[in-house]
Formats: sequence, C-alpha cells, structure tokens
Amino acid sequence: MAEPFLKIDHVRKTFGTTTVVQDFNLDVGSGEFISFLGPSGCGKTTVLRMVAGFEEPTSGSIVVGGKDVTRLRPNQRNIGMVFQAYALFPNLTVAQNIAFGLKVAGEPRADIEKRVAEMLDLIKLQQFGDRYPYQLSGGQQQRVALARALAPKPKLLLLDEPLSALDAKVRVSLRDEIRAIQKELGITTVFVTHDQEEALSISDRIVVMYGGKAEQVGTPFEIYNRPATKFVANFVGTLNVLEGTVTDAASGRVKVGSGEVLLKDKLNGSKAGDTVSLALRPEAISLGRQPGRETTLGGEISEVSFLGSVIRVRVGLGQEAVSLDTFNSPASPPPAVGDKAEISFSPDDVLVLH
Amino acid sequence: MKRFFAWSAFLLGSLIFILPLIGMTEFSLSMRRGEYSFDAYASVLSDPQFRQTFTYSVVMALVTIVFGILLVVPTAYWVRLRMPHLRPIVEFITLMPLVIPAIVIVFGYIRLYNTSSWLPLTGTSTGTNILLMFGYTALALPYMYRAVDTGLRSIDIATLTEAAQSLGAGWVTIFGRVILPNVFVAVLSGAFLTFAIVIGEFTLAALLNRPAFGPYLQLVGANKAYEPSALAVISFVITWLCMGLIQIVVRLAPKPPAQSH
Repeated sequence: MAEPFLKIDHVRKTFGTTTVVQDFNLDVGSGEFISFLGPSGCGKTTVLRMVAGFEEPTSGSIVVGGKDVTRLRPNQRNIGMVFQAYALFPNLTVAQNIAFGLKVAGEPRADIEKRVAEMLDLIKLQQFGDRYPYQLSGGQQQRVALARALAPKPKLLLLDEPLSALDAKVRVSLRDEIRAIQKELGITTVFVTHDQEEALSISDRIVVMYGGKAEQVGTPFEIYNRPATKFVANFVGTLNVLEGTVTDAASGRVKVGSGEVLLKDKLNGSKAGDTVSLALRPEAISLGRQPGRETTLGGEISEVSFLGSVIRVRVGLGQEAVSLDTFNSPASPPPAVGDKAEISFSPDDVLVLH
Repeated sequence: MKRFFAWSAFLLGSLIFILPLIGMTEFSLSMRRGEYSFDAYASVLSDPQFRQTFTYSVVMALVTIVFGILLVVPTAYWVRLRMPHLRPIVEFITLMPLVIPAIVIVFGYIRLYNTSSWLPLTGTSTGTNILLMFGYTALALPYMYRAVDTGLRSIDIATLTEAAQSLGAGWVTIFGRVILPNVFVAVLSGAFLTFAIVIGEFTLAALLNRPAFGPYLQLVGANKAYEPSALAVISFVITWLCMGLIQIVVRLAPKPPAQSH
C-alpha cells in the first residue's frame, strides 16, 4: 500500500484498570471503505471515537492525511461523523442542519446555500429542506445526518453503527446508498458495525475485533473464506465445527465420527491422536455425493428448516452435527427428519482452526 | 359514586382556594361606599411609589433571570455531560434555598459583606443591588435548576455535543446554537418562575433596605385599608400571567423537545 491516509499506530486505551483497546495498528488507504466488525465491548467504537477525537489514546498515535491528530480536539480534525442515534439538531431544519458545519467554518452564505442544495440532491431529499428532524422517518434522518457530515468536505468519514436503529428493509437500501455515495465522493470511510452481513457487503476491507484487538484484517472474501482465528471463523457467517482425531498428520487424515476426512494440506505441528477442530461453511457441504466433493460422511437428518429460497438441513454424524444449505425446488419435497443421509465436501473447503 | 367523591373533593379544594380570593377581590372593589369601583386600583396605580418599586423589582427580576441562566444552564449542562457523578450533590445544593429561610441568607450576606468586611458590598447602592440579585438567584435556584435539568434530560446532549464538535463547533457555538435553543422552553419556564418569585419577595429586599415591590406591599398593607387587597390582586394576576405565558410558550414551541431518535 502507498502512504496510508489513516494510520493508527500502536494505539492503546485504558479506562481505570480496564484495557479496552490493546496495541491496535491499522493502515487505511485513501478512498478505502473499511469496517470494524465485532461483538459488543470489543473496542471497535472506542477506536473510532479515538480517531474522531472524543477519546484520547492512552498511548500510540493517529495520523490522518499525513498529520498527527492524536492530541487535537475533535473540532480541529475535519473528520465527519455519523452517529447511531442520528444526532440531528432538533431545533434546526434539515437545510440548517446540513449548513451547520459550513456556518461554523464561516463560509459565505451563497456557498452554503449551493452546498446544501448539492447535499440534498445527493441524499435525494430535495423537497425536505424546510422540515424539522422529527418530521422525517429514521432512514431519512440518517441520510440527513450523512449529508450534514459530508457538507464541510471532511478528510475522513466515520460511521458509528449508522444503520442499527433502522428496520431491516431501510437498513439494506441505506447501506447500498452509503456505499454508492462513498464511491462517488471517493472519501476514506471507517464504518463500525456488529452486523457481519453489513460489513461483508459494504467494505473494501474488514477489521474483525475481539477483546480490544484486531483479530484479522482482510477483504470480505478473505475474512469469510480464510478466517485466521477460531473467533473470526465463528463470528463471521455460520460455521460447522467438527472435533476430530488426527490419524495421520503427514497425509492430513482426521477421524470424524465413524468416517475419515482427508485434508488438503498436512497437519504441521500435530501428531496422530491429537484432537483438531475442523470447520466447514454450510454452503460448502452437499447432501448426497456431488462431483468435486470427494470427502463423504454418513449420518442421519435431525432437523429441517424451510427458509424460503433455501432449506437448512441439520445432519447428525454420531457425536457431531453439521448444518448445510440446499436450494428449494418446488418439484422435490425437502428431506424428512430421521432419513439416512450422506454428506459430501471438498478437502479445499475444510478449515483447520487454531 | 367514585366520580361523586372525586368531584366533591375537587370542589371543596377549589372553594378553599377560590373563596378567599373572591372575598379579597370583592373587598378591593368596595372602596366607594355602596357600589363597586376600581378606586383602590386607581389609587394604587397612581401612587409614584408603586411605579418606582414595581419598576425596580421588574428590573431586578430581569437581571436575576439573566444571571440565573448564565449560572444554571452551563452548570447543569456540564454536570450532565462530564460530571454525572456530581449530580446528586448539585441537586442537593440547589435544594438548599427551600430549607434555609431567606432571613438566614440575608443575615449571612450582611455579616459577610458589610462595610467593615473585606468585600463591603452593602456600602453602595450598586453593591447592595448586586447582593440582592445574588439572593434572588439563590431563592429561584431550585426552580431554575429543575426546569433546565428537565429540559436537558429530554435531549441527548452528549451525542448532540459530539455531533457539533465533529462539525467544527467550539464550546461557545455548541452552547449558544445547540444546547440553549433546545432547552429554551425549559429556560423560559425557569425564567417566569424566577420573575414571579422576585416580584413578591419581601425579606431580602426589606433587610437590605432596597426599594422593591415586596416591602412596598407590606408598607401599604400596614397603613391603608382597600389598597393592599388591590395590590394583592395585581400580584396574583402578574403571577398567573407568568404561569399562562409558560403554557403558551410550551404549546407554541415549533417542535416537540423529543430525543433525536
């Protein structure tokens, strides 16, 4: 990567005796859309608040556009922020809310009016300039909050769980809208979410956080398909974890239930008799034998959930069980609970969790 | 049956409150023998001392309101934003004027700020006026603080402050353009209550020897028959007008003081 636009360098944050962020490092390129993904309390919002200037790091530094902003006050950073609770000023109209940052910066009135009109166009709320925030829906309020944050042309845009307070349908449409606007403006953006689907669909790269640390940084494809740790594998997507016993480490053979799984690579650092955790995504498993999915295990169907376009089937394999997805087909009924079944998968899709 | 008792209690309460007022108003209109007239009101309103003392008290009330707003709004805001653990202590302090009589406050003032003290405020009229204003602010503190604190509770001040900061605003802008306008109705409620308290206050003004409306009421009451009743009615009308204005302002506010989510 060329010189990073946002550089978070060895940042640590403690509140009293509790360390909420420990040695956090991240380089974000110019125009990149990066998401912090993790469960509540993992420190993702604290990192974002340190970038915004609302919290001061206990140690480490934050550089934005080549300038060290670690000790700068939030109003001196030129960083736009969108909050979960919208935080629109209730006493101001939509247009006045958008104009707020420009007025504070002392822009001429004509420039402010022009920019406000541009922003209203951008968020497609041209007719709503004179309305007060309480006269708008949640989705509209969040679009205004986005326009307000973007109006003063900030160097960096921070989004703190901006979709969490919205209903599912609005969340998806606004998510796409945010991404489209971000691409149009080319603004470097940091997005905080605990929703993996949101992070996977919107981001150039994702930082999966846990216990105040970055567990893995990668593209959505890498995070989903090649999780670096057990936590990432479990947190992102649905995962089947099978406990097995190594039978031959050199050839990558592991006994699972009464069957045997052949891995793509040999098991370095393991020996025969060791226990290992193998992970498989539901979509990597087929019901019945399929070409290209050489490994097969026998079991019994224990649960069938009809989810519309997809049917999720749970298959018991002795002490273990796996979930797999099959597409719904109106011509063939779903399998029944208690049926004997065989599952198949490719050695390439098996993840060994460390 | 339940409704009957409820209405009976309401009517009884109303009578206890309203009958003396009717009696007093009737008496204030009886200056002319055998017929009702506004003679007592005309006498009061034409008295130059009435105008002087009333004007003095109005000016003092306005100054007290401005000082109270400057003292209470930033304090309540800062306590809510940065020092929420101090809220019980601040609440306790603001309640003190309700349990400490005004006479204790004024004697304390006189003892501390007399002409032989290190800050001889009672030595000059301006100094005494300032002292009186401090006293009025203390008396109005429980009402002003509660009104403002309730207003602040209805908005998410922490997030609004951070939103304004991220848009480049400093503390003065945040306070003047974000916080104050959003608690304006609450501040007005506190202001009207302060006005009502200051207009009729007697103890502080009398013991600091200031020409206020409260001591004038007492003076007229001690020397005349009908005029005190007329003055009492006027005082009630002023107080009720203040209360009515609070209601009007609350209803005419351009938007509900709802939380921003």
